[in-house]
Formats: sequence, C-alpha cells, structure tokens
Amino acid sequence: MSDKASPQAPKAEGPRTSAVSSWRSSWSRFRREHQWTRWAIPLAVVVVAFSYPWWGLEGPLSFVFNDGLGIDNDTLFNMSIYVMLALGLNVVVGYAGLLDLGYVAFFALGAYTLGWFGSGLFSTRDIHFLDTNAARLPGIHLSFWVVVLLAGVVCAFAGVLIGWPTLRLRGDYLAIVTLGFGEIIPDIFRNGDDIAGHNLTNGVRGVTQLDRPGFGEALNGATGGILPVRYTSLELRPWYFTVLAMVLVTIFVNLRLRDSKMGRAWIAVREDEIAASAMGVPLMRTKLWAYGIGAIFGGFAGAVYGSFINGIFPVSFSFQISVIVLVMVIVGGMGNIWGVIAGAMLISWLNFRGLDKIGEWVNGAIPGSGNDIAIAKYKFGIFGALLVVMMLFRPEGLIPSARRKAEFAEGEGQATLYDVRN
Amino acid sequence: MAVDNILEAIQVRKEFGGLIAVNDVDFVIPRGSIVSLIGPNGAGKTTFFNILTGVYTPTAGGVIFDGNAISGLPPHQVTALGMARTFQNIRLFHNMTALENVLVAMHSRIKGGVWRSIFRTPALKREEEGAHARGRELLEFSGLRGRDHAFAKNLAYGDQRRLEVARALATGPSLLLLDEPTAGMNPEETANFTAFVAKLRAEHDITVLLIEHDMRVVMGISDRVTVLDYGEKIAEGLPKEIQHDERVIEAYLGTAATA
Repeated sequence: MSDKASPQAPKAEGPRTSAVSSWRSSWSRFRREHQWTRWAIPLAVVVVAFSYPWWGLEGPLSFVFNDGLGIDNDTLFNMSIYVMLALGLNVVVGYAGLLDLGYVAFFALGAYTLGWFGSGLFSTRDIHFLDTNAARLPGIHLSFWVVVLLAGVVCAFAGVLIGWPTLRLRGDYLAIVTLGFGEIIPDIFRNGDDIAGHNLTNGVRGVTQLDRPGFGEALNGATGGILPVRYTSLELRPWYFTVLAMVLVTIFVNLRLRDSKMGRAWIAVREDEIAASAMGVPLMRTKLWAYGIGAIFGGFAGAVYGSFINGIFPVSFSFQISVIVLVMVIVGGMGNIWGVIAGAMLISWLNFRGLDKIGEWVNGAIPGSGNDIAIAKYKFGIFGALLVVMMLFRPEGLIPSARRKAEFAEGEGQATLYDVRN
Repeated sequence: MAVDNILEAIQVRKEFGGLIAVNDVDFVIPRGSIVSLIGPNGAGKTTFFNILTGVYTPTAGGVIFDGNAISGLPPHQVTALGMARTFQNIRLFHNMTALENVLVAMHSRIKGGVWRSIFRTPALKREEEGAHARGRELLEFSGLRGRDHAFAKNLAYGDQRRLEVARALATGPSLLLLDEPTAGMNPEETANFTAFVAKLRAEHDITVLLIEHDMRVVMGISDRVTVLDYGEKIAEGLPKEIQHDERVIEAYLGTAATA
C-alpha cells in the first residue's frame, strides 16, 4: 500500500468554477422540479435535428449553416454516420474502458455485408427478398433493411470472435491487438478476390453498384409518397432522416444500457477488474457484450455508408477512421452520450468541411493570399494539436459525465490507492 | 471431520516459481463461526485468501465450499456460490456512487438481461426497484445512511471500509472474508467495527473469516484462530490457546526483532 494522499482529507471544491457550477446547479434543480423537461428537451432536440433541411439547408438560417459552415447534404450525412460510430465506440471505450484502436474493422465489415447481400457481387446467384431495385438484377439482393440488420449480426459475431482471444489482454496490449485487427480486416477484403477460387470481395477494385434503401411501391403508395420507393443520389434528405433515425436508436440503446445491470458492470470493470470479478461480475462476458454491442453499431453505420457512397473499397477503411472516431469520443467526453455526440459533430464537421471553410475564411481575411493557405492540408497536425490542447486543459472532454469529472478532479494522486501487485 | 463445515481447504499449496507461498495447508471453517487467520507479514495470508476466492488456482490441493469443489473456478463463480470478500487495500469502484457500488455486487443475484434492459420490461423495472431498495437498506445497515449518492472516493476512510463490507454483503454471501478490515482505523472505529461484525453473524447468519493484525479484535471475536508463518500452518485453536503457543510467540517475536 502506498496511499500518500490521506483519504480523510476533505475534498476542497475549487472556487474557480463557482459561476458555472451555480448556473449548473440551478439548472439541474429546475429540471428536477419540472418533470416535463425530461421529455420536452429531448423532443425539442429531435425536432430541431429532423427539420434541419428546412431551416439549415434552405430557409432562414441556411446562410449560416449551409453557406457559412458548409453543412450541406453530404456533410450532414457524414456527420450523422460519425455520430453513430462514436456512440458505438463509446460503449467499448467510454463505458467498458477497453481501448479499441481497430473500430474501423466493424465499419468495413458492415459495408461489405451490404456488398455480399445487396449488390451484384455474386452475379451467378439470383436471390431476391423484398428487393426494391427497379429491375431484377443478378446477384443477391435482400431488402436493404434486412441487410442492415444482417450487418449488425455479422459484426456482433465478428466482435465476439475477435474479442474472445483479445479481451483477455489489458490496457496497452489490448490496444495493440485491436490495432492489428483494424489493419488485418481491410487487408482481408483487399485480398479476398481469390479465396480458394472464390471472389468474395472483388479485391482492390471494390464493390460498386450497391443496393439503396427503399420502401417499395406498396409502402410508397400507402403513405401517399412520403416513404420513397428507393433512395436516389439526387434526393439526399431521406438518407439523412434514415441515419438520424438510426442515431436515435443508438442513443436510446446507449442510455438504456448505461442505466442497466450491464452498464454498471462495464463501469465496474473499467474501474477495477479484480474487484469487479470478486463482486460476481464475469469479466469476459461483460467485456464481450461491450465489444459486441459496439461492433453492431459500427456494422449498421457501415452498411448505410456503403450504400450512400455507392462503392466499397478496401482503402476507404483506413486506420485514420479508427483514430478519428476515438478522438471524437475523447474530445467529446468519454462515457457521456451528449459529449460524444458533440465531439463527433465537431470533429466530423472539421474533417469533412470545417477545415476547408476555415481555410477559405483565412484566405479571405488575408488580402492577396489567393488560395495559398490550405488549412485542410494540415488536418492531422491540427487534430493532433487539438488533442494535446484538450488533454492539457480539459482532459475530461467537452461535456464530461459527472463520473468522469470526478475522476479527473482528483488528479492522479488517488490512483496509488490501488495495489497493482495484487 | 467436523459436523458442518462451510469451507474446507485440503492440502492447499501455492507456488510462485520457486517460492512456496502456501505450503500444504489444511483449514476448515465451521458454519456460523468467526474464524481468524493471523500471521506475520508475508506469511501467505492474502495468498491463501486469494486461493479461496478464486483469484489464484492452487498448485495442489483443493477447496470445498458449501459442498462444491471451487478451486479453479473464476472469482465471479465463487461469488455466485455465496462467498464474498473485502480487500486489504480498499478496492472500491471509486468513481461510482456508494449505491452503485452495492448494485454492482448484486450482479449474480439479479437477472438483468441486455434485451430486457433495452426494452425495460415491467419485470425488469420491478427487479431494478427491488435491487435499489435492498441496496439502500444495506447501506443503512452498514452505517452509510444518506451517503447513497456520494462517490466512493469522497467517503471518509472509515466509511470506505464500511462500504467495502456493504458491497460484499450485497453479493448475498453465506461466508464473508474480511482482509484486514480494521487497518488504518482508530481504536474507536475498530471497536465499532468489531461490534458490527458480531452483529453481522447474529442478524444475517453469516460465517466470517477474518485476516487481522489487531490482536484485540482477533482475540475478542474469534471462535477459532489459525496462524500461518512462511506459508505453513503453525498453530490452530481457541484464541486463548494461541496466545500461549510457543511457535506463535516465536514467529511474532522474530518479526518484531527485525522490524
């Protein structure tokens, strides 16, 4: 035992946050006293998000959001996909504390599941199920919604398969092995065009002409044309609504699990594995659930993304994506859903559009610079610097959970209470 | 063999490389008793504890708990069978609240279920409410009333020790293993704690195994005392007998001389 810091010492509340914390406490009191805020606030957020095409893309605020910030249809879709990925990874990293550097593997696997069950890749087959394509194409064409669910199942299965041997490792070792898997899986897809004579992935050429989501003629007619027969690359709003709906499901599942027996077990495992297992928490099972559930969301996101991009290539699923999603979780506030969403929106905006826009502003502000200052070129330098600044000044993230805040409030001194020798 | 032993360790041996940490120890705990395990520092007490609770698998020998052979089982299965422990160096979930700590420990006693949690079925809701109520009850019983929502690390030291016990009790044990529970406590806290352990046995029908250095605690509440030294059992008997056992005195004086 080496408990230098006396645990009896009263914890001094820092005076520096007094204004913010008093605002916060009165806000939380208001929320306690007015139960309607429990559903009214989330509802308002959902309405604002769903109506974005009417007030942000076009309409009153489009000059800020669409023109100014550059959040157009494409960027919006990408941001939503990354919110989903970040929420999925949050289960693994934020809740269960398993550092996963290979999350892109599940994103890729989800996309390739669409390649297998929703494209002409296996052109000698002729299998169709609730297919919404205009013509009867060769290949396997299951309904897009079925494929999304399949992507979740495939990824959950792969997550358990990968997790089974690797989750026995801790900390750095786990990070390295997951990093390896993140590299191996895209490589398998790259070399999967000749597996015992079968072309399973079409190799570097990738899979193109993927099925799009759609509801078919019957549902289209029944809803008076609200649900499209099939999504197109011209009308992008349905894509956004679809991903947004999936994000909502992801948030819902995240919240429910956080407050469940499994959620408590995840945090306990993150805090102290030995104590958790002594209290009856089966370590492997608990970690596998976290890994599997994270994988499912990665798979969902991958399938929708593949369809939207209409092409799946091994090079699209690089290590970068694993890192960026992890940065989103860390910058936003590990373990806190709202923080993770904020982090994902911020980073993905910067990544897809923001840095370009900032570059334009900078070039505009400096007369005679033309387009010479290409801020977006320095993307990774900027992200790196951002991460360093965050770790120095706000290591708990933009919007941390109460738990996370408490963790950092103490500094590292408290950590010595653990006896690693045991 | 005694009439009803809740735990029997038979010829338990644990080697770490060339070091024999526990050397063929036979050990029994009669049901409903308070048994103490004492010995100088490094005698192998905590190693022995870790074997009983499944953290270590013994090199040889076996442990029978409540009629089940448990050596080789992982800790969570041992816990599910009804053995709970506290840690010598407090190992609470520091960034969880007192109530959450206790709820985690009910893991093997509540069904939960991922799908049922996502859909929050009525049965699950009832179960969660029951678990919360029982958790608050346990905290109150352990003298932590009103601290439900305090983070474990913000509790006073004595309260952290209490929370360790409350958490262990939440696993629904029939045998409770306490590893130096009064370490770092002042005499008054120690006296309170001793009374608390006695109350546990009386009210909750729990058998207790205690590792302890404070001889007043050991001699005060133990029915039997076992002494380990260099991994070997050197004495066993009533507290009175132990106090006068020559090998025990020698072991302790030897330690005292080098200290």
